[in-house]
Parts: sequence; C-alpha cells; structure tokens
Amino acid sequence: MTAAFSLLAVAVSLLFPFAFSFASPDVIQIKGSDTMVNLGQAWAEEFMNRYPETSIAVTGGGSGTGIAALINGTTTIAQSSRDMKPEEKDGVLKATGKTVQDFKVALDALAVIVHPSNPLSELSIGQISDIFSGKVKNWKELGGANQPILALSRERNSGTHVYFLEEVVRKGNGKGPEEFSSSVLMMPSSQAIVQEVARSQGAIGYVGLGYVTPQLKALGIKKSAEAPAILPSIETGQNHSYPISRSLHIYTAGEPEGEVEAFIDFILSPEGQEIVRQMDFVPLQP
Amino acid sequence: MRKRPHEFFIETAIFLAGTVSIFFVILIFIFLLKEGLALFRTVSLWDFLAGKDWYPISQPPKFGALPLVLGSLWVTLGAIVVSVPVGVACAVYIGEVAPRWLRETLKASVEFLAAIPSIVLGFIGLVTLVPLVQNIFHLPTGLTALSGSLMLGFMAMPTIVSIMEDALSVVPKSYREGALALGATPWQTIWRVVIPAASSGVIAAVMLGIGRVIGETMAVMMITGNAARIPTTLLEPVRTMTATIAAEMGEAVQGSPHYQSLFAIGIVLFIFTFIINLTADFFLHREMADLKKPRKK
Repeated sequence: MTAAFSLLAVAVSLLFPFAFSFASPDVIQIKGSDTMVNLGQAWAEEFMNRYPETSIAVTGGGSGTGIAALINGTTTIAQSSRDMKPEEKDGVLKATGKTVQDFKVALDALAVIVHPSNPLSELSIGQISDIFSGKVKNWKELGGANQPILALSRERNSGTHVYFLEEVVRKGNGKGPEEFSSSVLMMPSSQAIVQEVARSQGAIGYVGLGYVTPQLKALGIKKSAEAPAILPSIETGQNHSYPISRSLHIYTAGEPEGEVEAFIDFILSPEGQEIVRQMDFVPLQP
Repeated sequence: MRKRPHEFFIETAIFLAGTVSIFFVILIFIFLLKEGLALFRTVSLWDFLAGKDWYPISQPPKFGALPLVLGSLWVTLGAIVVSVPVGVACAVYIGEVAPRWLRETLKASVEFLAAIPSIVLGFIGLVTLVPLVQNIFHLPTGLTALSGSLMLGFMAMPTIVSIMEDALSVVPKSYREGALALGATPWQTIWRVVIPAASSGVIAAVMLGIGRVIGETMAVMMITGNAARIPTTLLEPVRTMTATIAAEMGEAVQGSPHYQSLFAIGIVLFIFTFIINLTADFFLHREMADLKKPRKK
C-alpha cells in the first residue's frame, strides 16, 4: 500500500510542473474561425520569426468554438468571422470579470461560385436568396441551362454559414423568415465546397475570396435587381462596393498586454496587413 | 485461509478495473439523459421524433429529428445490403474454402482494413467514390446516401468477416465430416450444414457490423452531403444523426435547447446501438449454447 502511495506521489510531483507549464501565459493561445486559421498561422509564424522567445499556438474549430474558449478562459485570443453576440460578451464578463475588446483585423469578401460551364455571370442578392431558400430549383428559371440547381452551404457551426444566412438568404434582415432550404447540402469545409462545385455542373456555393481557383467561376453580385454587378476582388472589398464582404475580428478578454498587445499591433501594422493580402483576404487599408 | 494484505490489494484493483467500465457506461447514460431529456421541457417528444424540419439555430428553432433518424437508417440499410453478402462470402471463403497459407494472409488483411482511420477512408471515398457515383447515375451530385452506404459497407466488412469466421470455426468438424460422408458436395455442406449451424454467430456478426455502421461519423459527414431532408431514394443526399452532432456541437451554446437537442439525438443513437449490441450478444451466446448441447430429434 505505502509503496503504491509513494509511487502515486512521485507520479503527481512529476506531472505537475508540466501541468503548470502548459497553462503558463508565455504561450499565446489563438482559437476560433476556420476561415481565419491559416491567416492566424501566417501572422503567428512571422511574429515568432521576429520574436523567437514568444510562442503562439493557433487552432481552428469555428468562430463559436473560439468564443466559447474565450468565455472558458482556455484561449487568449478568439478569432471570429462574425460579430460577437451580446450574450457572449456578457458570458466573458461574468466568467473573467473583463470586458471584451474587439479588433477588426481584415476583411473577407465571400465569392459566390458556380461551375465554369454555367452561362450565367451575375446574380442579384434576391436571386441568390431564392436559390438557397429553395424557391428556385432549376437554372432555366434564372435564364441559364435546363439543369437542376445544387446549392452548397457551410455547416451550421461555421461563422460563414451564419453570415451568409443573415446577409444573403435573409437579404440583410437577420431576423427575416427565409431559411436555407432542407435540400441545401451542408459541407464540412470551404475546400469541400470548392471540390464539389468544380465537378458538378449545376452547383452553386459560397467561399472566401482566397478559395476561388481557375476551375471555378465567381459570379458578379448585384445588390438589387437594378444595381450594377460587382465582381469580388481585393479592391471591391476594400471600397465596400462588393455587397457580400465582412470584417474578420480578433477578440480578447480585457485590454491586451505585453506580448499579446505587441502581436495585435503587428497584425494591424503594414507588414501584418501585407500578410492579409498574401493570404488572399482583403487588407483593411489600400 | 487468511488473505495476505497484498492479495487483498491486487484483488481490489482487479475488481475495480473490471467494474469501472460498467460504472462509466452508467455515468455516460445518466449524463446523456440529464442533458437530452431537458429538451422535452420546451419541445414535445412527438415534435422531436416526427418533426420534418431541422432548423436548430432559427428563431423560433425547429427540432424535427425525423430526417436525421431516417438518414442514419437509410445509410445503414444500404451498407447492410452491400456488406452482408460480400462479408458472408468472404468469411466462408476464408473459413471453409481457402488453402491454409492463403487463409492467414486473407484474414490478416481483412483485419488490417479495420485499422485504417475512418477519416482516411472518408477522404478516399470523397475523391474516388463520389465522382464515380455521380457519373454512373448522372446525378447532380455524388454526395449521396449510396456513396455513404458503399463506404460504410466497406468499413463494416472487417467486423462482419472476422466475427463470422470465428463463428464458422466453432462449428464441430463432425458436422462437416457427417455431411460429406452422406455424399453432400462441399458447397452443399457449407450452405446447408455449416452456415445453418453457425446461424446465430452469423446474425451476431451482422448486428455488430450494423453497430459499427450506425455510429460512424467522420466518413459519413464527408460524403453524404448532409442535407436534412427525408430521403426517398439512395441517390439523394442525407444527413445522419452522427454527422449532425459532430457538425453542430461546436457552435451550440451550452445548456441551450440546441445543445440539449443534440444530446437527445445522442439518446436516440444510444438506444439504437444498445438494441443492436444486445441482439448481437444474445445470438453470440445462443450459438455457444446451441453447439455445446447435444441435438435431439
């Protein structure tokens, strides 16, 4: 018995220093949006090149996951591709006693993509809403070929899903009655949407600008039936003429200090914003 | 005889190790019930089980799980149709027909199939099987219940083959010798004597294969399209219970009806697998009992 206890004591004393080192504030934890995970990784790598003594760990999981982690205190920084809800901010205040700080760090233009063989080159927000809510089921109703429409969306755990639902399907009225039709396919990642659109002639989907490849066709988007069609690009995202673009956020609990503050300053600096451009997102300033 | 202290300690440790799994199963079940049943304070059981609309993040939310339950059953049914005939044939070949040197190699390779992580199989399915299904049937998309069924049928194979082969191997040699001595061909012996004698084990193997299929998540999420619609054919996208839980848990606020509804789906899934495993267990024990007791006519 005593031998077992002393063994246990040794094991505990061996494990605990590690347990503390994992929780040490030296590692900056970044968690959240899958859209932003590569961007966060690129910032972190460049920042660690400059300051080798810092270490930053970036993980994805979705905007909601990151925000939940901020509330639980398991992450230093939450990346989110949607605005934080008031109840989530209250959650952080209650759990940590600190007010949430919001930093807009980049812009993301969502491209609506179709198969390259699709004869259409532009759609209005209203038409896209009709497609995703199931009112329009065949491309010929929109002046295209006689072919059933295959609409592809991100899963519900994605900030992009929520953004697209509120801004496009519900046409900007977040509490509107429109829903994604039950026949819309829910894809686990943006890459899966790209793959499926590239091989299915009737497909339509939405992804961040960075995912648009030559095997896909990005549609020009009209804010209303009469408005001019705008193609997604860094320029049209920056001057806000492209209708489906959103801010990407970084949230911290309380004012950032020390290395975290330096990291956020780096993100907002011209070098940090150049990384945004290289990663095919839209920098805040031209 | 007085026990020595260290014997007492070892016995207690073994006892704890043996019972801890039961303890955990009970704890998990209580946790599932506690989180899942809370949903029925806001949603009626009937609306949950028979509702056709799954809109958990809308205002007001709709928690109709029928498309998800049917999605899981649909994919599972397809997988059984694929895997049972092939699995039975494979087990019979390995157990009864193949020469000894080939038998070991085959058995090892089938069991190796089980070692491939499901996400890898899902990925392979996504890039090979999905376009194939789309082109063969000229579908708008290859992300269908059929793709999921084929992939899952493949994943259930190792379970089915290895348990069934075990079941065939416990059939006494005298049965085969008796049949052959009466002039039956090897095929007649297998089909009329060996398989019927091992029938309980065969059923158990199939049930455990089903259990494997219905609980599978990653591969299914990647290749079935996840549209929460009541499926009418195997060539349509479906959303399974497991994929729904995996896809939505990350975003569900803890304690919200959405969170509870995912646990409620977990309960439904648990009930399914529980029944399946219980049936499998029943048949496995029956086979052992059947073969041990002398047959009277």
